Amino acid sequence: MTEDILDTIEFDDDGFMVNAADWTEEIGRAIAEALEIELTDRHWKVINFARSDFEKTGEPPTLRRITQQTGVSMKEMYQLFPDGPAKLAANIAGLKKPTGCI
Amino acid sequence: MKTLLILGGGTGGTMVANKMVHELDPQEWEIILVDRDETHYYQPGLLFIPFGIYSPRDVEKPKRDFIPRGVKLILSEIELIEPEKNQVILAKDNQTISYDYLVIATGTGIRPAETEGLLDGGGWRKDIFDFYSPDGAAALASFLKFWKGGRMVVNVAEMPIKCPVAPLEFLFLADWYFHQKGLRDQVEIVYATPLDGAFTKPRAAGILGGMLESKGIKLEPNFNIGEVDNDKKVIRSWDQREIAYDLLVTVPTNMGADVIGRSGLGDELNYVPVDKHTLQSTAYENIWVIGDAGNAPTSKAGSVAHFMLDVVIENLLRHMEGLEPRPGFDGHANCFIESGFEQGILIDFNYDVEPLPGKYPLPGLGPFSLLKESPANHWGKMMFRWVYWNVLLKGGEMPFESQMTMAGKWQ
Repeated sequence: MTEDILDTIEFDDDGFMVNAADWTEEIGRAIAEALEIELTDRHWKVINFARSDFEKTGEPPTLRRITQQTGVSMKEMYQLFPDGPAKLAANIAGLKKPTGCI
Repeated sequence: MKTLLILGGGTGGTMVANKMVHELDPQEWEIILVDRDETHYYQPGLLFIPFGIYSPRDVEKPKRDFIPRGVKLILSEIELIEPEKNQVILAKDNQTISYDYLVIATGTGIRPAETEGLLDGGGWRKDIFDFYSPDGAAALASFLKFWKGGRMVVNVAEMPIKCPVAPLEFLFLADWYFHQKGLRDQVEIVYATPLDGAFTKPRAAGILGGMLESKGIKLEPNFNIGEVDNDKKVIRSWDQREIAYDLLVTVPTNMGADVIGRSGLGDELNYVPVDKHTLQSTAYENIWVIGDAGNAPTSKAGSVAHFMLDVVIENLLRHMEGLEPRPGFDGHANCFIESGFEQGILIDFNYDVEPLPGKYPLPGLGPFSLLKESPANHWGKMMFRWVYWNVLLKGGEMPFESQMTMAGKWQ
């Protein structure tokens, strides 16, 4: 079922959605499932922040920005999204891969 | 009288003062530069202090020597910037300065307190050192002089950092230094970085990563430090990986000046949001930002501030004439990477083009090899200190174009 949704979406080489505007919560759930992450309210708090912040700035938020503005601690971020929180949150939120650093 | 106010007298602010003093009519304009301390540090030189190549005295000069006549220098902390009122409040005598144009050049600095146990765990300046501050670099020099060896871990806490190649240069020089002392086989060198490789850009990361390997330096990528455990002498990542150290050389979190945060002008790291091509503040049209203080997604480095300079100057003047700013800044960065044993590497890149191999043409001096070790690159780096003090800071002509060129680069 979820596989079907993901088949309709265009992803880049790193597995990030090409068009953030195509994202729906259902797609977010499907990506999370493919990443073996079970979404809780805390995950959604982060994902929703990432989406709204992206609308303002055009960039996926950094980890520091997420923790500062959502109140979710760094420690919890690593519990919610164990393998690279900023990247995984952006991925599930349908955003491009964070450039992070220069 | 109108006022151009420059905050910060480091590389960027000093260059802007030297350029603008020739552009503005002194009958019409007052130029004021505010900085909190008297000493100008040649920051690329800090890297050499731990290894005894430079002493602290080799990298410092009075700021006054570089502020031109016609620019008023005020030494004071900055209390608050009030962009809605076009004024800045200084700590000294609670003085208020109104401005017509503001150039923010307050830079970036290390914040060891951002990492648990780094500053406050008991090991700071005992077996934990930084080399981004003059006193940190000097303290590390004293430590290394008598160190008998062990496990040295170099850790970057968080990106972005000032001069993103400096940790690699530190590693290369450390390898050379311990060789010279006959200690290399007593020292294990580990590089723990939050990046997924040796550097931020793929081709350079591959080549520089290969150099780490050939020098026997172990790379620990994707390491996001959560805390320093001073008792166990390990650094621990947020995902609970541990790396043991005998000597920890940290590149702490970098942040913009506190006054930027206090004044509500910064992002989460106190960097001022700017248009990445015009260098104008995205919030206030009479505020311009040069160098590390802004959030333009390029390297935080003196060469970048230099390449920003002409764009900032031109756009200030255009704005004063009621013209639209020109999107002239392309993210150009250019760094000599000291690689030890009197060799160096040169990289040259911008927003769109990553560092590529090839030759860098430079009339009279070059060409310099790009992304490849050569003695000329080492001497270029060593010579640059003279160029910095005598030409660059004073706004003199440099034989570099602000915009990157593809000439000599292999794609």
